[in-house]
Amino acid sequence: MATLTATDATASEGLLVESPARRAWRRLRRRKGAMLGLAVISIFILLAVLAPWVAPYDPIKQSWSLVRKAPSAAHWFGTDEVGRDLLSRVIFGARASLSAGIISVGIALSVGVPLGIVAGYIGGWVDSLISRITDAMLATPFLILAIALAAFLGPSLGNAMIAIGITATPIFIRLTRGQVMAVKVEDYIEAARSVGNPKWRIALFHILPNILPPLLVQATLALATAIIAEAALSFLGLGQQPPAPSWGSMLNSAQRFLTNAPWMAIWPGVAIFLAVLSFNLLGDGLRDALDPKER
Amino acid sequence: MLPFLGRRLLQLIPTLFFVSVIIFGLQQLLPGDPALIMAGEERDPDVIAQIREQYRLDQPIPVQYVYWMKGVLSGDLGESMRIKKPVLDLVLEKLPVTAQLAGMAILIALVIGVGAGIVSAVYKDTWLDYGANIFALWGISTPNFWLGILLIFLFSVQLGWLPASGYVRPGEDLQASLASTIMPAFVLGNAIAAILMRHTRGAMLQVLSSDYVRTARAKGLLERSVVLKHAMRNAMTPVITLGALELGTLLSGAVLTEQIFTIPGFGKLIVDAVFNRDYAVVQGVVLVTATAYIVLNLLADIAYVLANPRLRS
Repeated sequence: MATLTATDATASEGLLVESPARRAWRRLRRRKGAMLGLAVISIFILLAVLAPWVAPYDPIKQSWSLVRKAPSAAHWFGTDEVGRDLLSRVIFGARASLSAGIISVGIALSVGVPLGIVAGYIGGWVDSLISRITDAMLATPFLILAIALAAFLGPSLGNAMIAIGITATPIFIRLTRGQVMAVKVEDYIEAARSVGNPKWRIALFHILPNILPPLLVQATLALATAIIAEAALSFLGLGQQPPAPSWGSMLNSAQRFLTNAPWMAIWPGVAIFLAVLSFNLLGDGLRDALDPKER
Repeated sequence: MLPFLGRRLLQLIPTLFFVSVIIFGLQQLLPGDPALIMAGEERDPDVIAQIREQYRLDQPIPVQYVYWMKGVLSGDLGESMRIKKPVLDLVLEKLPVTAQLAGMAILIALVIGVGAGIVSAVYKDTWLDYGANIFALWGISTPNFWLGILLIFLFSVQLGWLPASGYVRPGEDLQASLASTIMPAFVLGNAIAAILMRHTRGAMLQVLSSDYVRTARAKGLLERSVVLKHAMRNAMTPVITLGALELGTLLSGAVLTEQIFTIPGFGKLIVDAVFNRDYAVVQGVVLVTATAYIVLNLLADIAYVLANPRLRS
């Protein structure tokens, strides 16, 4: 009995000193869907990084003797309208999709979070101005604004990333602002203010760490949206330009050969679906794992 | 009700102002001389000079905005460089097509989404609930342009039941019109159905565990009556507002869906304009879309207040 009590005491002591990140990870591990999502995302990241070594063929090498070949032992996913290996293109396409997702969400975070902190912490006319611009951007449907921005910036993967990043920014401004307004009235912020910390220090070292969990969840879900948006822009010809592979542009060309090469439409779509589903599963899991009510 | 309406209308003014600034600002993103880019392959100095004068490109940017805004307020959204028609006429011409598609998509989304949400909440933690949740995840994660391609392959290429592309107006032939729009409407409605399912399930679970539902059950009412008459009516109010936020998804989705199914609506208009560098049309479509989205959200807010007696007073 005594041993049991000692073990309990050690365990509860261990729980008491558990860092928030460790606690979140422990809770996340319990969610099968989130772990499955994380595993699939890890595979996609590995494929994207190791693409030159993993892909069986050169993704842009054309072969007129291999035009629209059905899946076989030599070409697992088949070939496209100019004889390129589809598996290699799907693997290299992961680079475009994941980098578009990460960079555009990075743009949205690096612009949205500081603006949200400024609006929420300073308040007044600065808040009104930032909030009204945010409302206006949110009033324009996501993809339509991204298409318009990409059209005016010019078609390229880089411009598509910028367009998606700008379009995703207002969500982060609004979320950060709301979180800052909730946190800034807490006692520990008042304490930090009363000992003479400057505003920037309070914002950076006292407010920001406390609003990170909802931002992390939103960023994960925004990655899913950004991957779909990049695929949509590339599908419309406004993202990745040929012959470079992208899941969206692969679907665009597949559309013309549905009758005699339906496999061209299957694999890029499956890849987008799995990537988006995985980020959604991970985002949902993170939301539960980081929810303070779950403690 | 009236003060609420007045307050909401007043809030729209700054939002619409900033929307117009953003859309006008798009023009400033064009690299190099906008007049040369807007002229496209047309290198005639007279045409370039006409564009410069029409858009007042030699004036300071705030002056250009004032003139542009004056035009917009009087219904002049500019002229299409390619079709040589006023943008407003083009928009009005395409609007009914997208409206029909959107209407059908909402109907499909409501039937599937709300239905699946209620079933999922009533049969919580059963296979029906798991199935509905898997459907929601599938709907949210499937890109609609891929779903469109898969449906074309199945119903047009393999089975030959529905046309792969094209559009027939309901006035011409109602059956053919439905056949040409049912697939795109399903594609559009699918993602929204998934989101509505999640909202409905959440709202129903909350309502089903409330005291008045327990009282209704204690009175001996049939479970069907409890769910459909007592619980559903109250659960639908948050669904209206949350569902209205998805109107943007609907309008965005229309761009890709119309492109895949070659439907001459609003979405196809903006894509064609992008490829033809018809910037006035791009700006016009974005402006009308944003305004429509704002107005539809306002209507949803009003519906929410009307549906909730506590807010009405």
